[in-house]
Amino acid sequence: MQKAVIVENLSKNYFKKEAVKEISFTINENEILGLLGPNGCGKTTTIAMMLGLLKPSNGRVVIHGLDIEKNRISLLHKMNFISPYIELPKKLSVKENLIVYGKLYGVKFISERIKYLSEKLRLEEFINKKTGELSSGQKNRVSLAKALINEPSILFLDEPTASLDPETGDFVRSFIEKISREKKMSILLASHNMDEVKRLCKNVLMMNNGVIIDKGTPDDLIKKHGKRNLEEVFLKLNRNNHELK
Amino acid sequence: MSLNRIIGLFLRHFFLIKSSLPRILDLIYWPTIQIILWGFISKFFTAYSDYYNNTVGVILTCAILYDFLFRSSISFNMLFLEEIWSRNFTNLFIAPMRISEIITALVGTALIRTLIGLVPAILITSPLFGISILNLGIPLFFLFLSLYIFGITLGLFVSSGLLRYGPAFENIAWSSLFLLAPLGCIYYPIEILPDFFQNVARGLPLVYIFEEARSILVNQVVNYSNIKNAFLLNAIYLFVGISLFYYSFSQARKKGSLINIGE
Repeated sequence: MQKAVIVENLSKNYFKKEAVKEISFTINENEILGLLGPNGCGKTTTIAMMLGLLKPSNGRVVIHGLDIEKNRISLLHKMNFISPYIELPKKLSVKENLIVYGKLYGVKFISERIKYLSEKLRLEEFINKKTGELSSGQKNRVSLAKALINEPSILFLDEPTASLDPETGDFVRSFIEKISREKKMSILLASHNMDEVKRLCKNVLMMNNGVIIDKGTPDDLIKKHGKRNLEEVFLKLNRNNHELK
Repeated sequence: MSLNRIIGLFLRHFFLIKSSLPRILDLIYWPTIQIILWGFISKFFTAYSDYYNNTVGVILTCAILYDFLFRSSISFNMLFLEEIWSRNFTNLFIAPMRISEIITALVGTALIRTLIGLVPAILITSPLFGISILNLGIPLFFLFLSLYIFGITLGLFVSSGLLRYGPAFENIAWSSLFLLAPLGCIYYPIEILPDFFQNVARGLPLVYIFEEARSILVNQVVNYSNIKNAFLLNAIYLFVGISLFYYSFSQARKKGSLINIGE
């Protein structure tokens, strides 16, 4: 299996605080890797370093064989990211936002790409509406369309279904499952929804206090820790970590 | 550099402006009010001042030039602030845009924003006060260009602060030009300033630009050495501004301010 992403001994220190401590992992091509951990455990910092938004204190991120620090611009063409903490300009219509990002990512046939994504993500009925006027479910689908505008080979999803109703959440999960299979995309999924992670991810990394405290397939982790589901594994690992501290 | 990406960032702001009449009116409103206010003040001076009695509208012309500088700098800062306010900052920096492309796109967009505001204000000066800024002749182009470069440079300084320190730097964005205005000798000759401040003011291109505007309007003399000095100083400040922007981006990547800016 080809490695799409290699993370080697990655660390980030803010003054004396170590946000991420020498973590290493890989993401295979066409794999969805889950990244689980409590708030503030270093997930966002890790993703930010993988996207080149944050300079690592130590270690490196290699994407498609190239170091992100030395090839940031060329690699960003192949990557994209969504997070509930960042938004698209609210005063621009959905179509205008997609045109802007199509241009920024150098997409050749922007109209065709927008049409394709509109159909797949059911954006047609509100494509000309201002993005700020949409419901959170609609905004989420627009963010996903923006994240797919450049047909990325690596996608970073930070809580992609947070605050969505069950129907929309299920639609988004099914869509992610489908495109990762069809487009052979590598995805890093950070989520607090354990059912989502179990459904989508082949492998899972458990993170706490800036380190990876366990990893494996969801079923192996459940079996290894003698629990009934991934949520119980998550709680056990985090409580153990608190007690150790 | 990719023209496509530069156009992309330009479109982001063009779409924003074209879809909002209040935004367009806001762009036009302040320069127009400024010009009308200074128009009446200059009328008063024309009637009662010996210094200005030969040249109608010297203050008004300087007010227009100063407003052009103010608008270009603020426009540049506003483009940056819009990204922070809309929480779009991270999206922008994970797009494959080079810093040079971001600067180029903002420079072009800021010019259009500035002109939207200033052209109507310039047009009303003629019917209202019987004054045309075009009286400055060909040097007007150089004065505008020099002011625009300095405005953009100030925008780069402030945006570097925004990049590094986030929205906390916003107040500096608004006040930066007010700080420089007294030293820029916009409405009076440099000799008015105390000696120490004269020395400081000579380090700013503004002094030479406004000195030149007055020289043309009051004495009908074009002094290209003023224009040359202004461009030389502009080149130095622009170089420092661009370098600072690159440095701030690098620092923002180290300190993590690109991730949580806007929060």
